[in-house]
Amino acid sequence: MSIDYLLKRLLWALPTLFGVAVLVFVLVRVVPGDPIAMMLPPGATADDVGRLRALYGLDAPIAKQFVVWMGEVLRGNFGTSISLRDGVVTLVLGRLPATLELVIVAVAAACALAAVAAVGAAYFRGRWPELLVDGAAGLVLAIPDFLWGLLFVLILGVLLPLLPISGRIDPTLDFNPATGFYLAEALVRLHWTALADLLKHILLPALALALPLAAALTRVLKGSLIDAMNQDYVTLVRVKGYSRSRILWRVALRNALIPTVTLTGVQFSFLIGGTVLIEYIFSYPGIGNLAIAAVNQRDLPLIQGLVLTFAVLFILTNLLVDMAYSVLNPKVRQS
Amino acid sequence: MKAIASLRNPRVLFGVLVVLALVVAAAAAPWLSPNDPLEQDLMNSFQSPGAGGGGQAHPLGTDSLGRDILSRLIYGARPALIVAFVAAVFAGLLGTALGLAAGYFGGRLDAAVSRLVDIWMSFPSVLLCIVLAAVLGAGLHTVVIAIIVIDWTRFCRVVRAETMLQKSHDYVASAVTIGLGPGRILASEILPNVAPLLLTLFTLEMGIAIVVEAILSFVGLSVSSGMPTWGGIIQEGRLYVNQAWWLMAAPMACIIVAVLGLNALGDGLREVIDPVKAR
Amino acid sequence: MSALLDIRDLDLQLQARQPLRLLRRVSLQVAPGQIVGLVGESGAGKTMVSRVVLGIAPANTCVTHGSIVFDGRDITHLTEQQRRHLLGREIAFIPQNPMTALNPVERIESQITDVLRMHLNLDRTGARDKAVTLLREVHLRQPERILRQYPHELSGGMRQRVLIATAFSCKPKLVIADEPTTALDVTVQKQILQLIRELQRNSGTSILFITHDLGVVAKLCDHVVVMHGGRVLESAPALKLFASPGHDYTRALLAATPRFDRPGDELRPIPAVLTQRLADEARALDARDM
Repeated sequence: MSIDYLLKRLLWALPTLFGVAVLVFVLVRVVPGDPIAMMLPPGATADDVGRLRALYGLDAPIAKQFVVWMGEVLRGNFGTSISLRDGVVTLVLGRLPATLELVIVAVAAACALAAVAAVGAAYFRGRWPELLVDGAAGLVLAIPDFLWGLLFVLILGVLLPLLPISGRIDPTLDFNPATGFYLAEALVRLHWTALADLLKHILLPALALALPLAAALTRVLKGSLIDAMNQDYVTLVRVKGYSRSRILWRVALRNALIPTVTLTGVQFSFLIGGTVLIEYIFSYPGIGNLAIAAVNQRDLPLIQGLVLTFAVLFILTNLLVDMAYSVLNPKVRQS
Repeated sequence: MKAIASLRNPRVLFGVLVVLALVVAAAAAPWLSPNDPLEQDLMNSFQSPGAGGGGQAHPLGTDSLGRDILSRLIYGARPALIVAFVAAVFAGLLGTALGLAAGYFGGRLDAAVSRLVDIWMSFPSVLLCIVLAAVLGAGLHTVVIAIIVIDWTRFCRVVRAETMLQKSHDYVASAVTIGLGPGRILASEILPNVAPLLLTLFTLEMGIAIVVEAILSFVGLSVSSGMPTWGGIIQEGRLYVNQAWWLMAAPMACIIVAVLGLNALGDGLREVIDPVKAR
Repeated sequence: MSALLDIRDLDLQLQARQPLRLLRRVSLQVAPGQIVGLVGESGAGKTMVSRVVLGIAPANTCVTHGSIVFDGRDITHLTEQQRRHLLGREIAFIPQNPMTALNPVERIESQITDVLRMHLNLDRTGARDKAVTLLREVHLRQPERILRQYPHELSGGMRQRVLIATAFSCKPKLVIADEPTTALDVTVQKQILQLIRELQRNSGTSILFITHDLGVVAKLCDHVVVMHGGRVLESAPALKLFASPGHDYTRALLAATPRFDRPGDELRPIPAVLTQRLADEARALDARDM
């Protein structure tokens, strides 16, 4: 993929981001609830409220507020969180690595699950494993993902307490990461205890997040695999003496990935939206969790910053999916 | 009659039973529930379900404030059903109106509506939903509005495609030639043929609405009064899940059954309606 | 000299509510170093014969009678495992459609070296060098460049040469070519046929050449087998068949072939009477055998 193409895509994204920014800005200011009043103790006078409002610039007309805000944003200043008294950028960047790690683990888990399930179903075409896979995929898609998260908490966290159901890491562990990317650091520093603990904590939320994507991927991948197996190039490799498993895993799967990515590409970005609830359910310290807290507190600057962050993540995910597609399909690559 | 015959389809049967159960629970709540859902009895909190704990008085146990879970669940069917029905109806009206217009009139109107749908659908829906709820404040009306705003596109897309398909049929051409105006044509020719599809969409939408309502009340953004909602009960139960897991499990089961039932109804109706499959 | 491939009375049935006989007591032999042409209209069963030999007949078919003996071994009912040792190494295949027969997501190199590494146990560099030599043998220029390319970057003729190179790569005893020139332009067809003849002469490999084009058979084959409706109607050395055909159908086929040196001739299709007679004969055979 050429740099030109990437730049063009990023430029296209800007109007969307702008639109999102405007929408959120306007939306939260049409608020009946008053965040300023919420911040002050009950005995506050109208005067106090007025002064605080002026401090946050919330007394100016909406259009002026927007211009001011845009100006600050372009300077890299997203304001200060009303509820947490810290810079929005700091807060978001502090929590972002956790969410990124969660998303990456979830995507990897979804792809692995889907690959095994789809290949298994295609290999055992017409027999019970295929029916099992179809049924499981249907069941997973029927139950909304936030309920899966809760089911995991209930069954695997409480009834059969196999895994922790909150947090990211055991606070008593002797692990002092320098960055926010705990998993990556533990891996690089070969800190096995920390790594094991981190994986235990991330497993349930990542699985809950991954399930809907895995189910959708499995369905499409299975269909594409069956199509691929009927192609002439598969006949040829059979005649060359390839084993059945080699044909499935190395020839059919590789080809089946192309239409699969086309059809399910958009689901990857839905995963980003799913982090909001899943992080909340598992008290996982990422930006999803922060978003719920911010909304509950009517923390306008934080809400705005987070919505923009999510929008950027969406756009980046879609871009990554496109890039993956061009890697998978040699006919599309620029030579 | 075809409606009764459709009950032979196992999915439709299951779905109808679930819907009936919901309707009965919601309508007859005061008579069905053993206790007052809001009555607190701190002496009897955290009673487990069954004979050992709650016994006859509290078959599903009690929560942290001693309130009867079964009663709360039964009453919880009310907001679930109201929200599901109202939201589905209005999302359906909005989406169908735009879908019919876009599909029938085509051209610039269609382009505009399609572009709108695309942009709308590229917004992260969970986040939008929560932000909207925060903006509009607590209350069932919030939930309903949030669902309508987010999900009208589902109806719009499908209705538009179906309208375009119907429009290409001969009976529409002949209606045009005998001078019927677009309004008449839409109402008398196209709508009746789109209607069966709408029924399936409607049931699916209800399932989605129940989930959204549960999510919003789970996050604390739905009804603020003490009226029990399934999502709210889950939220309360979450705090005590280690001591009293049934507090979370029971409302979850309700939601799962409701959603599965509505989905089954939607799928089953689609099978029954689609003449190709029925053959 | 005993035949390399000896098919005797082969029966293939399609399992359905009404079982259908696809091959009716087919017998044919290919001697070592011989090029045998298998001719017939579409649906005559020629492709099906090759599929049974290769072990890739459709899953719902079944060999109900007869035997296939290859190089002294009975290969009629082999397991998947046993057959894999045979395929690619001793029996190779040239497919009909070069546009769809190559894996679109793999480079050419891996699609030639796979058999070399699987069957000849060559290592990566050794296989690569051999692949370059093979591509030169099929008269492809810049073989190193082609190895790095993907199938969609090559023309149909080039792809077919790659497929032919792959087929001959492990020095098989028998190459089955399923209408390898049908999907190509006429000019390219001629080159490919010349190539196949050249490679055969250099290696002494036997070829079972499936085609519906008698002109190709005349140019290439030593021996001809004529099929119709799943039956072998005639089997004779090429020269003899063309000079004095034994069966009415063969005569009709020859007559139906358009001749460039007699452009004014009218086209003579196979007479319906003949087709009917052949169908009746087939039905009678089914009643006797099934």
